[in-house]
Amino acid sequence: MLKIGIPRGLIYYDYHPLWKTFLEELGAEVVVSPPTTKAILRQGVKAAESEFCLPVKLYYGHALSLRGMVDKLFIPRVVSVEKRAYTCPKLLGLPDMIRAVDDAPPIWSPVIDFTKGKRQFYSSVYEVGKTLTNDSLSIFRAYLKAVNEYKRFQARLKAGIPRHQAIESQLSQRSDGKSEGPLRIGLVGHDYIISDSYVTMNLSQRLEKLGASLLTADTVPRRIINREASTLPKSLFWTYEKDIIGAAFHWLKKGLADGIIYVLAFACGPDSLIQTLLEYEAKKMGKMPLMSIVIDEHSGEAGLITRIEAFVEMLMRAKKRSLVEA
Amino acid sequence: MKLSFPHMGNTEILLKDLFRRTGIEVVVPPPTSEKTLKLGVKCAPEFACLPLKATIGNFIEALEAGADTLVMAGGVGPCRFGYYAEIQRRILQDLGYQFEMIVLEPPRADWLGFFKTCRRLAPGKSVRQIVKIIKTSFSKARALDFVEKKVLRERAYELVPHSTTKAYKEGIALLDRADTPEEIEEAKNKAFELIDWVEKDLSREPLRVGIVGEFYMLLEPFFNFDMEEWLGRAGVSLERAVYLSDWISVSKENQVTGFSHHQVQEAAEPYLAYFVGGEGQPTIGNSVHYARAGFDGAIQLFPFTCMPDTIAKSILPKLSKDLDFPVISFVIDEQTGKAGVITRLEAFLDLLEAKRKSKKRRGEGAELRELSVQGLRLGAQ
Repeated sequence: MLKIGIPRGLIYYDYHPLWKTFLEELGAEVVVSPPTTKAILRQGVKAAESEFCLPVKLYYGHALSLRGMVDKLFIPRVVSVEKRAYTCPKLLGLPDMIRAVDDAPPIWSPVIDFTKGKRQFYSSVYEVGKTLTNDSLSIFRAYLKAVNEYKRFQARLKAGIPRHQAIESQLSQRSDGKSEGPLRIGLVGHDYIISDSYVTMNLSQRLEKLGASLLTADTVPRRIINREASTLPKSLFWTYEKDIIGAAFHWLKKGLADGIIYVLAFACGPDSLIQTLLEYEAKKMGKMPLMSIVIDEHSGEAGLITRIEAFVEMLMRAKKRSLVEA
Repeated sequence: MKLSFPHMGNTEILLKDLFRRTGIEVVVPPPTSEKTLKLGVKCAPEFACLPLKATIGNFIEALEAGADTLVMAGGVGPCRFGYYAEIQRRILQDLGYQFEMIVLEPPRADWLGFFKTCRRLAPGKSVRQIVKIIKTSFSKARALDFVEKKVLRERAYELVPHSTTKAYKEGIALLDRADTPEEIEEAKNKAFELIDWVEKDLSREPLRVGIVGEFYMLLEPFFNFDMEEWLGRAGVSLERAVYLSDWISVSKENQVTGFSHHQVQEAAEPYLAYFVGGEGQPTIGNSVHYARAGFDGAIQLFPFTCMPDTIAKSILPKLSKDLDFPVISFVIDEQTGKAGVITRLEAFLDLLEAKRKSKKRRGEGAELRELSVQGLRLGAQ
């Protein structure tokens, strides 16, 4: 049986249930790298180019931690998942980047590119299936099953289950119970950053402990995200950033949150611009406080705690004042 | 309308020419300087790349000098550059400036939009006239690039320091003044002649080095510390992977660099099989071309946090090892100092010299001499 390794990083957080089901249905064994640890981070920082953002460095670490344990690494080249938008240049180059590392495991990298139409997507899926089996019918069946699994995953996300839990379990409710704090804080950022609790230093749990209930872009319907993102004079050509802008604009305009926290990685290309855009629009629209947290491999826990405590305290005070005035 | 634009190498000559023909008044911002950069760094996003910071600085200086309309290039990704105009508009508005911004989107993304922009930039001109204007100005840009290419190759042979640069400046001035297509052609030939007349020592066997990387860093001498001139005077014959007219050209076949877009992709294929925006794939592809053509090494330049070229940088070590081809990368931001860059360059050149000597000892000298003569002959064409 072919052992296929999937690094726990970047695209893993978006499509893992889809690929896992598809590959397993066709008889492969899927091995996922363990959750991020200090050792993985160190390995990644050592192997990757120093100018990359933290999530990419971590991805190197995850990929290399599977060395010797699998026959092949599954690193699809996810160029685009919708028309007129790309994922990120680094995702376009990802398989080549990992391949350039000394003694990297063999890499399997089908191309997913929706700018070239749906046919290209189906033919890539078919090619992936073809390497595992010769039976076209079972490829088709596995694909349908994978898509269904992916839809269930999406439904779990909509129901407010945090991403890392939604990927790993089939539960339709949060395993640790939903927290209902007095504050509503919108948390935006790339999925692969805010879902990795090692990277964000347990930001979500910390916020919930301080009395916040979190809103994420996952719970905002796609229709609304697209509508809000299209209010920009020039439409964005990055999918992840569309989600961030769409969700944040929605909360800002409807006043759905008491404050917004935007987590971004240092040296992230698109985020450097989105930060300016978002801060500018938040300032223009009015009163909702926005805090940007920039993360890299040197970020310390103490600094983060101080900042979120101060932010939450500020929001609490504002909320109390508004209640008294009302 | 008082129009202004950011600086990037010889772009100024091209744009001045273009807008003189369409009949629009132009305000040229002061040349990019420390002050420009400081202005840009102050209000640009922290980890945006240097081109954004520098061009914001240019715009601020242009607006202070009385411009009321700004022209900026656009794009459709995945490189960040395509969204810069939007960000700049907001930052400058936030600073309280009153202006209008015209974004030149690539025509193949949106023909109608491109046409409308042309109409605004060429008021009262017919489509036919616009096409003619673009063609003539473009031929000037082409001519400038070919002259520059020749200078890069031949500076290493000059006997009197700065004589090539002097001839180049005279040639550029001739082209700047040229108006009709015939005059442009004539000025181009004259510029070539001027460079041919520079006293040269043809018995030299200069190192041959390719320069690859991000276009703004390669084209703007302020940010690459006039590296090309320094290298030429240090006795290095250069070949560059990026030219302005290649970048704006609609056709990707007939390039100043000598390699079509298609050839570059093909050469990059084993290392970087897909485009990653910006100059990511060309950096790899051109390095492979230089290695195959027997160059001594390559220099990569790009701004800090540039996504496409960082990807290329992470792949270059493998290419360098496979092809036994030395490559040095310079990542430039507002903190980079000239002294550090020059020291690293000197060390790199020493390494290339040593490598060449050891090759010669192994009897590959005749071949090298042949290549160097060939290089000169090509340059004279």
